[in-house]
Amino acid sequence: MSERYGFSLTTFSPSGKLVQIEYALNAVNAGSPAVGIKASNGVVLATEKKSKSLLHDDRTIHKVESVCKNMGLVYSGMGPDYRLLVQKARKLAQEYMLVYEENVPPTQLVKRIADVMQEYTQSGGVRPFGVSLLICGYDYDEDRPFLYQCDPSGSYFPWKATAIGRNFVNGKTFLEKRYSDQLALEDAVHTAILTLKESFEGQMTEDNIEIGICDKEGFRRLTPAEVKDYLAQIG
Amino acid sequence: MGDDILSYNGGVALAMKGKECVAIACDKRYGVQNRTIATNFTKIFQYSDHCFVAFCGLATDVQTVSERLKFRTNLYELREQRKLKPVVLYNMLTNLLYERRFGPYFVFALVVGLDPKTGETYVYDSDNIGAVSDNVNLATVGTASEYIFGLGELFFKPNMNSDELFEATSQALLNGVDRDSASGWGAVVYVIEKDKVTVRELKGRQD
Repeated sequence: MSERYGFSLTTFSPSGKLVQIEYALNAVNAGSPAVGIKASNGVVLATEKKSKSLLHDDRTIHKVESVCKNMGLVYSGMGPDYRLLVQKARKLAQEYMLVYEENVPPTQLVKRIADVMQEYTQSGGVRPFGVSLLICGYDYDEDRPFLYQCDPSGSYFPWKATAIGRNFVNGKTFLEKRYSDQLALEDAVHTAILTLKESFEGQMTEDNIEIGICDKEGFRRLTPAEVKDYLAQIG
Repeated sequence: MGDDILSYNGGVALAMKGKECVAIACDKRYGVQNRTIATNFTKIFQYSDHCFVAFCGLATDVQTVSERLKFRTNLYELREQRKLKPVVLYNMLTNLLYERRFGPYFVFALVVGLDPKTGETYVYDSDNIGAVSDNVNLATVGTASEYIFGLGELFFKPNMNSDELFEATSQALLNGVDRDSASGWGAVVYVIEKDKVTVRELKGRQD
Protein backbone atom coordinates (compact mmCIF):
# COMPACT_ATOMS: atom_id res chain seq x y z
CA MET A 1 0.00 0.00 0.00
CA SER A 2 1.94 3.03 1.18
CA GLU A 3 5.67 2.95 0.60
CA ARG A 4 7.86 3.19 3.64
CA TYR A 5 10.21 6.11 3.98
CA GLY A 6 13.79 4.92 4.00
CA PHE A 7 14.80 7.80 6.27
CA SER A 8 13.93 8.43 9.90
CA LEU A 9 11.63 11.34 10.76
CA THR A 10 13.38 11.75 14.10
CA THR A 11 16.39 13.85 13.18
CA PHE A 12 18.88 15.84 15.21
CA SER A 13 18.54 19.57 15.79
CA PRO A 14 21.68 21.70 15.71
CA SER A 15 21.82 21.65 19.51
CA GLY A 16 22.00 17.86 19.49
CA LYS A 17 18.44 17.20 20.58
CA LEU A 18 15.96 14.86 18.97
CA VAL A 19 13.04 17.23 18.86
CA GLN A 20 10.46 14.55 18.08
CA ILE A 21 11.33 12.85 21.34
CA GLU A 22 11.01 16.13 23.23
CA TYR A 23 7.56 16.58 21.71
CA ALA A 24 6.67 12.99 22.60
CA LEU A 25 7.61 13.78 26.20
CA ASN A 26 5.29 16.79 26.01
CA ALA A 27 2.50 14.43 25.03
CA VAL A 28 3.38 12.27 28.03
CA ASN A 29 3.40 15.20 30.41
CA ALA A 30 -0.01 16.27 29.23
CA GLY A 31 -1.44 12.82 29.92
CA SER A 32 -3.26 11.74 33.05
CA PRO A 33 -1.06 11.09 36.06
CA ALA A 34 0.32 7.67 36.93
CA VAL A 35 2.26 6.64 40.02
CA GLY A 36 4.49 3.69 40.83
CA ILE A 37 5.87 2.78 44.26
CA LYS A 38 8.16 -0.09 45.12
CA ALA A 39 7.59 -1.52 48.58
CA SER A 40 9.76 -4.04 50.40
CA ASN A 41 7.54 -6.93 49.30
CA GLY A 42 5.92 -5.69 46.10
CA VAL A 43 5.11 -2.83 43.74
CA VAL A 44 1.97 -0.75 43.28
CA LEU A 45 0.92 1.05 40.10
CA ALA A 46 -1.89 3.57 40.16
CA THR A 47 -3.44 5.94 37.64
CA GLU A 48 -6.23 8.36 37.17
CA LYS A 49 -8.90 7.10 34.79
CA LYS A 50 -11.28 9.99 34.28
CA SER A 51 -14.06 9.60 31.73
CA LYS A 52 -14.68 12.52 29.41
CA SER A 53 -18.43 12.17 29.79
CA LEU A 54 -21.00 10.76 32.20
CA LEU A 55 -22.22 8.62 29.32
CA HIS A 56 -18.97 6.66 29.23
CA ASP A 57 -19.23 3.06 30.41
CA ASP A 58 -15.65 2.60 31.40
CA ARG A 59 -15.56 -0.63 33.36
CA THR A 60 -14.15 -2.69 30.50
CA ILE A 61 -11.34 -0.43 29.32
CA HIS A 62 -8.29 -0.68 31.52
CA LYS A 63 -5.14 1.37 31.88
CA VAL A 64 -3.35 -0.93 34.28
CA GLU A 65 -2.58 -4.10 32.29
CA SER A 66 -0.77 -7.32 33.05
CA VAL A 67 1.95 -8.47 30.70
CA CYS A 68 2.61 -11.91 32.12
CA LYS A 69 2.17 -13.64 35.43
CA ASN A 70 4.73 -11.56 37.25
CA MET A 71 4.63 -8.19 35.48
CA GLY A 72 2.28 -5.27 34.89
CA LEU A 73 2.20 -1.92 33.09
CA VAL A 74 0.63 1.49 33.36
CA TYR A 75 1.20 4.61 31.26
CA SER A 76 0.87 8.32 30.77
CA GLY A 77 0.25 9.73 27.32
CA MET A 78 -1.49 8.39 24.24
CA GLY A 79 -3.79 5.46 24.85
CA PRO A 80 -3.57 3.83 21.41
CA ASP A 81 0.25 3.86 21.48
CA TYR A 82 0.05 2.20 24.89
CA ARG A 83 -2.23 -0.53 23.57
CA LEU A 84 0.34 -1.44 20.93
CA LEU A 85 3.14 -1.57 23.48
CA VAL A 86 1.09 -3.81 25.76
CA GLN A 87 0.58 -6.25 22.87
CA LYS A 88 4.28 -6.17 22.00
CA ALA A 89 5.32 -6.60 25.62
CA ARG A 90 3.02 -9.60 26.03
CA LYS A 91 4.42 -11.21 22.91
CA LEU A 92 8.01 -10.57 24.03
CA ALA A 93 7.29 -12.15 27.40
CA GLN A 94 5.87 -15.26 25.74
CA GLU A 95 8.75 -15.50 23.30
CA TYR A 96 11.10 -15.53 26.28
CA MET A 97 9.04 -18.22 27.96
CA LEU A 98 9.06 -20.35 24.80
CA VAL A 99 12.83 -20.39 24.58
CA TYR A 100 13.82 -20.50 28.25
CA GLU A 101 10.79 -22.08 29.96
CA GLU A 102 11.16 -19.48 32.65
CA ASN A 103 9.24 -16.33 33.57
CA VAL A 104 10.95 -13.33 32.07
CA PRO A 105 12.89 -11.35 34.69
CA PRO A 106 11.63 -7.75 34.87
CA THR A 107 15.01 -6.30 33.88
CA GLN A 108 15.05 -8.36 30.71
CA LEU A 109 11.53 -7.46 29.59
CA VAL A 110 12.15 -3.78 30.27
CA LYS A 111 15.24 -3.89 28.04
CA ARG A 112 13.27 -5.49 25.25
CA ILE A 113 10.39 -3.03 25.50
CA ALA A 114 12.80 -0.11 25.62
CA ASP A 115 14.51 -1.45 22.49
CA VAL A 116 11.16 -1.46 20.71
CA MET A 117 10.57 2.16 21.70
CA GLN A 118 14.07 3.11 20.56
CA GLU A 119 13.47 1.42 17.22
CA TYR A 120 10.69 3.88 16.50
CA THR A 121 13.12 6.78 16.94
CA GLN A 122 15.50 5.45 14.34
CA SER A 123 13.38 3.69 11.73
CA GLY A 124 12.02 4.96 8.43
CA GLY A 125 8.72 6.79 8.33
CA VAL A 126 7.59 6.23 11.92
CA ARG A 127 7.20 8.52 14.92
CA PRO A 128 8.18 7.83 18.52
CA PHE A 129 5.58 6.43 20.92
CA GLY A 130 3.69 9.14 22.82
CA VAL A 131 3.77 7.26 26.12
CA SER A 132 5.97 6.73 29.12
CA LEU A 133 5.48 3.36 30.74
CA LEU A 134 5.73 2.34 34.37
CA ILE A 135 6.65 -1.33 34.44
CA CYS A 136 6.50 -3.38 37.61
CA GLY A 137 7.54 -6.94 38.18
CA TYR A 138 8.76 -9.55 40.61
CA ASP A 139 12.12 -11.21 39.95
CA TYR A 140 11.99 -14.78 41.28
CA ASP A 141 15.71 -15.34 41.00
CA GLU A 142 16.68 -12.29 43.05
CA ASP A 143 13.48 -12.63 45.09
CA ARG A 144 12.62 -8.93 44.99
CA PRO A 145 10.26 -6.49 43.26
CA PHE A 146 11.28 -4.03 40.54
CA LEU A 147 9.83 -0.77 39.21
CA TYR A 148 11.01 0.74 35.93
CA GLN A 149 10.05 3.73 33.81
CA CYS A 150 10.38 3.53 30.02
CA ASP A 151 10.45 6.74 27.99
CA PRO A 152 9.65 7.47 24.31
CA SER A 153 13.37 7.75 23.64
CA GLY A 154 13.94 4.18 24.75
CA SER A 155 15.70 5.12 27.99
CA TYR A 156 14.67 3.19 31.03
CA PHE A 157 15.16 4.01 34.69
CA PRO A 158 14.77 1.87 37.77
CA TRP A 159 12.82 3.68 40.48
CA LYS A 160 11.96 3.28 44.12
CA ALA A 161 8.97 5.52 43.53
CA THR A 162 7.98 7.86 40.74
CA ALA A 163 5.17 9.82 39.14
CA ILE A 164 4.61 10.54 35.43
CA GLY A 165 2.07 12.56 33.48
CA ARG A 166 0.39 15.78 34.56
CA ASN A 167 1.88 17.41 37.69
CA PHE A 168 4.57 14.76 37.91
CA VAL A 169 6.98 17.21 39.55
CA ASN A 170 4.59 17.72 42.47
CA GLY A 171 3.97 14.00 42.56
CA LYS A 172 7.67 13.20 42.82
CA THR A 173 8.22 15.84 45.49
CA PHE A 174 5.36 14.33 47.48
CA LEU A 175 6.86 10.85 47.09
CA GLU A 176 10.33 11.99 48.08
CA LYS A 177 8.92 13.06 51.42
CA ARG A 178 6.74 10.00 51.93
CA TYR A 179 8.96 7.20 50.65
CA SER A 180 10.87 4.84 52.93
CA ASP A 181 12.65 1.57 52.23
CA GLN A 182 10.62 -0.15 54.96
CA LEU A 183 7.33 0.55 53.24
CA ALA A 184 5.09 -2.53 52.98
CA LEU A 185 2.77 -3.07 50.03
CA GLU A 186 -0.35 -2.02 51.95
CA ASP A 187 1.22 1.30 52.95
CA ALA A 188 2.51 1.78 49.41
CA VAL A 189 -1.04 1.53 48.04
CA HIS A 190 -2.18 4.24 50.47
CA THR A 191 0.75 6.44 49.53
CA ALA A 192 0.03 5.94 45.84
CA ILE A 193 -3.58 7.00 46.28
CA LEU A 194 -2.53 10.06 48.28
CA THR A 195 -0.02 10.99 45.58
CA LEU A 196 -2.72 10.80 42.92
CA LYS A 197 -5.01 12.86 45.13
CA GLU A 198 -2.54 15.75 45.06
CA SER A 199 -3.33 16.40 41.38
CA PHE A 200 -6.87 15.05 41.34
CA GLU A 201 -9.72 17.41 40.48
CA GLY A 202 -12.99 16.38 42.05
CA GLN A 203 -14.00 13.37 44.09
CA MET A 204 -11.87 10.19 43.85
CA THR A 205 -13.97 7.04 43.50
CA GLU A 206 -13.30 3.41 42.63
CA ASP A 207 -14.44 4.14 39.07
CA ASN A 208 -12.04 6.95 38.25
CA ILE A 209 -8.76 5.45 39.45
CA GLU A 210 -7.10 2.13 38.69
CA ILE A 211 -4.62 0.29 40.90
CA GLY A 212 -2.46 -2.73 40.19
CA ILE A 213 -0.19 -4.57 42.60
CA CYS A 214 2.66 -6.98 42.00
CA ASP A 215 4.11 -9.23 44.67
CA LYS A 216 5.57 -12.71 44.92
CA GLU A 217 2.23 -14.25 43.94
CA GLY A 218 2.18 -12.27 40.71
CA PHE A 219 0.59 -9.18 39.22
CA ARG A 220 -3.09 -8.30 39.48
CA ARG A 221 -5.36 -5.32 39.01
CA LEU A 222 -7.46 -4.47 42.08
CA THR A 223 -11.21 -4.83 41.69
CA PRO A 224 -13.33 -1.68 42.10
CA ALA A 225 -14.55 -3.12 45.42
CA GLU A 226 -10.97 -3.42 46.71
CA VAL A 227 -10.17 0.10 45.52
CA LYS A 228 -13.25 1.35 47.34
CA ASP A 229 -11.95 -0.22 50.57
CA TYR A 230 -8.61 1.53 50.24
CA LEU A 231 -10.31 4.83 49.51
CA ALA A 232 -12.51 4.40 52.57
CA GLN A 233 -9.40 3.85 54.73
CA ILE A 234 -7.98 7.13 53.53
CA GLY A 235 -11.24 8.89 54.28
CA MET B 1 27.51 -40.93 4.79
CA GLY B 2 26.84 -44.64 5.07
CA ASP B 3 23.61 -46.26 5.92
CA ASP B 4 23.00 -44.81 9.35
CA ILE B 5 24.15 -41.25 9.95
CA LEU B 6 23.92 -41.53 13.69
CA SER B 7 26.38 -44.43 13.85
CA TYR B 8 28.86 -43.07 11.28
CA ASN B 9 31.20 -41.72 13.95
CA GLY B 10 30.07 -43.78 16.94
CA GLY B 11 30.20 -42.75 20.56
CA VAL B 12 28.11 -42.98 23.68
CA ALA B 13 27.19 -41.01 26.79
CA LEU B 14 25.43 -41.78 30.04
CA ALA B 15 23.97 -39.68 32.87
CA MET B 16 22.83 -40.82 36.28
CA LYS B 17 21.40 -39.23 39.42
CA GLY B 18 22.51 -39.60 42.98
CA LYS B 19 21.67 -37.83 46.22
CA GLU B 20 22.54 -34.16 45.67
CA CYS B 21 24.95 -35.24 42.95
CA VAL B 22 24.80 -36.17 39.27
CA ALA B 23 27.24 -37.97 37.03
CA ILE B 24 27.74 -37.72 33.29
CA ALA B 25 30.16 -39.91 31.34
CA CYS B 26 31.16 -40.50 27.73
CA ASP B 27 33.60 -42.55 25.70
CA LYS B 28 36.54 -41.03 23.83
CA ARG B 29 36.45 -42.70 20.44
CA TYR B 30 36.38 -40.72 17.22
CA GLY B 31 35.97 -43.05 14.28
CA VAL B 32 34.88 -43.07 10.66
CA GLN B 33 32.77 -46.18 10.27
CA ASN B 34 35.07 -49.05 11.18
CA ARG B 35 38.30 -47.00 11.36
CA THR B 36 39.30 -45.41 14.65
CA ILE B 37 40.89 -42.03 13.97
CA ALA B 38 41.38 -40.58 17.48
CA THR B 39 40.96 -41.61 21.09
CA ASN B 40 40.65 -38.18 22.70
CA PHE B 41 37.23 -37.06 21.39
CA THR B 42 35.17 -36.36 24.49
CA LYS B 43 31.53 -35.49 24.01
CA ILE B 44 30.80 -33.62 27.24
CA PHE B 45 30.71 -29.80 27.41
CA GLN B 46 30.31 -27.45 30.35
CA TYR B 47 27.93 -24.50 30.17
CA SER B 48 27.83 -23.29 33.75
CA ASP B 49 29.35 -24.18 37.11
CA HIS B 50 26.94 -27.07 37.54
CA CYS B 51 25.48 -27.59 34.07
CA PHE B 52 26.87 -30.10 31.57
CA VAL B 53 25.69 -31.40 28.22
CA ALA B 54 26.75 -34.50 26.30
CA PHE B 55 26.17 -34.79 22.55
CA CYS B 56 26.32 -38.11 20.64
CA GLY B 57 25.92 -38.69 16.94
CA LEU B 58 27.54 -37.21 13.88
CA ALA B 59 30.85 -35.71 15.03
CA THR B 60 30.56 -32.53 12.98
CA ASP B 61 27.20 -31.83 14.55
CA VAL B 62 28.54 -32.66 18.03
CA GLN B 63 31.05 -29.87 17.50
CA THR B 64 28.70 -27.44 15.79
CA VAL B 65 25.76 -27.81 18.16
CA SER B 66 27.99 -27.58 21.24
CA GLU B 67 29.56 -24.40 19.86
CA ARG B 68 26.28 -22.82 18.75
CA LEU B 69 24.79 -23.56 22.15
CA LYS B 70 27.83 -21.94 23.75
CA PHE B 71 27.19 -18.86 21.59
CA ARG B 72 23.68 -18.58 22.93
CA THR B 73 24.58 -19.29 26.55
CA ASN B 74 27.40 -16.72 26.48
CA LEU B 75 25.00 -14.04 25.29
CA TYR B 76 22.43 -15.12 27.87
CA GLU B 77 24.95 -14.70 30.68
CA LEU B 78 25.99 -11.29 29.40
CA ARG B 79 22.43 -10.02 28.94
CA GLU B 80 20.95 -11.42 32.10
CA GLN B 81 24.04 -11.07 34.30
CA ARG B 82 23.38 -14.46 35.83
CA LYS B 83 24.45 -18.05 35.40
CA LEU B 84 22.37 -20.64 33.60
CA LYS B 85 20.04 -22.97 35.39
CA PRO B 86 19.80 -26.59 34.16
CA VAL B 87 16.14 -26.30 33.10
CA VAL B 88 16.83 -23.13 31.14
CA LEU B 89 19.85 -24.66 29.42
CA TYR B 90 17.80 -27.71 28.49
CA ASN B 91 15.07 -25.60 26.98
CA MET B 92 17.52 -23.45 25.06
CA LEU B 93 19.03 -26.61 23.60
CA THR B 94 15.74 -28.17 22.56
CA ASN B 95 14.69 -24.84 21.06
CA LEU B 96 17.95 -24.74 19.08
CA LEU B 97 17.40 -28.26 17.80
CA TYR B 98 13.76 -27.68 16.83
CA GLU B 99 14.76 -24.62 14.79
CA ARG B 100 16.20 -27.20 12.38
CA ARG B 101 13.13 -29.44 12.51
CA PHE B 102 13.08 -30.09 8.74
CA GLY B 103 16.82 -30.35 8.18
CA PRO B 104 17.97 -31.52 11.59
CA TYR B 105 21.27 -31.84 13.35
CA PHE B 106 22.26 -35.48 13.87
CA VAL B 107 22.96 -35.40 17.57
CA PHE B 108 21.10 -36.71 20.56
CA ALA B 109 21.78 -34.86 23.80
CA LEU B 110 21.91 -35.34 27.54
CA VAL B 111 21.65 -32.36 29.89
CA VAL B 112 22.64 -32.70 33.53
CA GLY B 113 22.74 -30.15 36.29
CA LEU B 114 22.59 -29.43 39.97
CA ASP B 115 21.21 -26.53 41.99
CA PRO B 116 24.10 -25.69 44.34
CA LYS B 117 21.78 -24.12 46.92
CA THR B 118 19.09 -26.79 47.20
CA GLY B 119 20.97 -29.84 45.92
CA GLU B 120 18.17 -30.54 43.45
CA THR B 121 19.36 -32.78 40.60
CA TYR B 122 18.45 -32.63 36.93
CA VAL B 123 18.98 -35.24 34.22
CA TYR B 124 17.24 -34.77 30.88
CA ASP B 125 17.63 -36.22 27.44
CA SER B 126 16.64 -35.01 24.01
CA ASP B 127 16.37 -36.48 20.56
CA ASN B 128 17.80 -34.66 17.57
CA ILE B 129 14.73 -32.53 16.98
CA GLY B 130 14.31 -31.32 20.53
CA ALA B 131 11.79 -33.72 22.06
CA VAL B 132 11.83 -33.05 25.79
CA SER B 133 11.94 -35.68 28.48
CA ASP B 134 11.04 -35.62 32.16
CA ASN B 135 13.68 -35.18 34.83
CA VAL B 136 14.86 -38.81 34.93
CA ASN B 137 17.16 -40.94 37.06
CA LEU B 138 19.08 -42.41 34.18
CA ALA B 139 19.58 -41.50 30.54
CA THR B 140 21.85 -42.66 27.74
CA VAL B 141 22.53 -41.63 24.14
CA GLY B 142 24.71 -43.02 21.39
CA THR B 143 25.45 -46.20 19.47
CA ALA B 144 25.75 -48.35 22.64
CA SER B 145 22.90 -46.64 24.46
CA GLU B 146 20.75 -49.76 24.76
CA TYR B 147 23.58 -51.80 26.28
CA ILE B 148 24.39 -49.08 28.75
CA PHE B 149 20.74 -48.57 29.64
CA GLY B 150 20.47 -52.20 30.68
CA LEU B 151 23.58 -52.03 32.84
CA GLY B 152 22.62 -48.63 34.18
CA GLU B 153 19.25 -49.89 35.36
CA LEU B 154 21.02 -52.76 37.06
CA PHE B 155 23.58 -50.65 38.91
CA PHE B 156 21.31 -47.73 39.72
CA LYS B 157 20.06 -47.31 43.30
CA PRO B 158 18.14 -44.27 44.48
CA ASN B 159 20.01 -41.71 46.65
CA MET B 160 23.54 -42.92 45.98
CA ASN B 161 26.40 -40.82 47.36
CA SER B 162 29.02 -39.47 44.98
CA ASP B 163 31.39 -42.45 45.27
CA GLU B 164 28.67 -45.04 44.70
CA LEU B 165 27.37 -42.93 41.82
CA PHE B 166 30.81 -42.80 40.24
CA GLU B 167 31.16 -46.57 40.49
CA ALA B 168 27.72 -47.28 39.07
CA THR B 169 28.20 -44.85 36.17
CA SER B 170 31.70 -46.07 35.32
CA GLN B 171 30.83 -49.76 35.41
CA ALA B 172 27.72 -49.28 33.31
CA LEU B 173 29.62 -47.29 30.68
CA LEU B 174 32.79 -49.40 30.50
CA ASN B 175 31.03 -52.72 30.25
CA GLY B 176 28.42 -51.40 27.85
CA VAL B 177 30.92 -50.02 25.33
CA ASP B 178 32.68 -53.37 25.19
CA ARG B 179 29.68 -54.74 23.33
CA ASP B 180 29.82 -51.95 20.73
CA SER B 181 32.54 -51.71 18.13
CA ALA B 182 31.89 -48.03 17.48
CA SER B 183 32.38 -46.90 21.09
CA GLY B 184 35.09 -47.20 23.66
CA TRP B 185 38.83 -46.43 23.67
CA GLY B 186 38.64 -44.90 27.14
CA ALA B 187 36.09 -42.87 29.04
CA VAL B 188 35.64 -39.64 31.00
CA VAL B 189 33.34 -39.36 34.02
CA TYR B 190 32.21 -36.07 35.59
CA VAL B 191 30.68 -36.21 39.08
CA ILE B 192 28.94 -32.96 39.95
CA GLU B 193 28.27 -32.11 43.60
CA LYS B 194 27.13 -28.96 45.37
CA ASP B 195 30.63 -27.75 46.13
CA LYS B 196 32.79 -29.41 43.49
CA VAL B 197 33.02 -31.17 40.15
CA THR B 198 35.34 -34.19 39.91
CA VAL B 199 36.60 -35.40 36.53
CA ARG B 200 38.08 -38.85 36.20
CA GLU B 201 39.53 -40.56 33.13
CA LEU B 202 38.94 -44.28 32.82
CA LYS B 203 41.07 -46.74 30.92
CA GLY B 204 39.05 -49.65 29.63
CA ARG B 205 39.68 -52.10 26.81
CA GLN B 206 41.58 -50.20 24.15
CA ASP B 207 39.73 -51.68 21.25
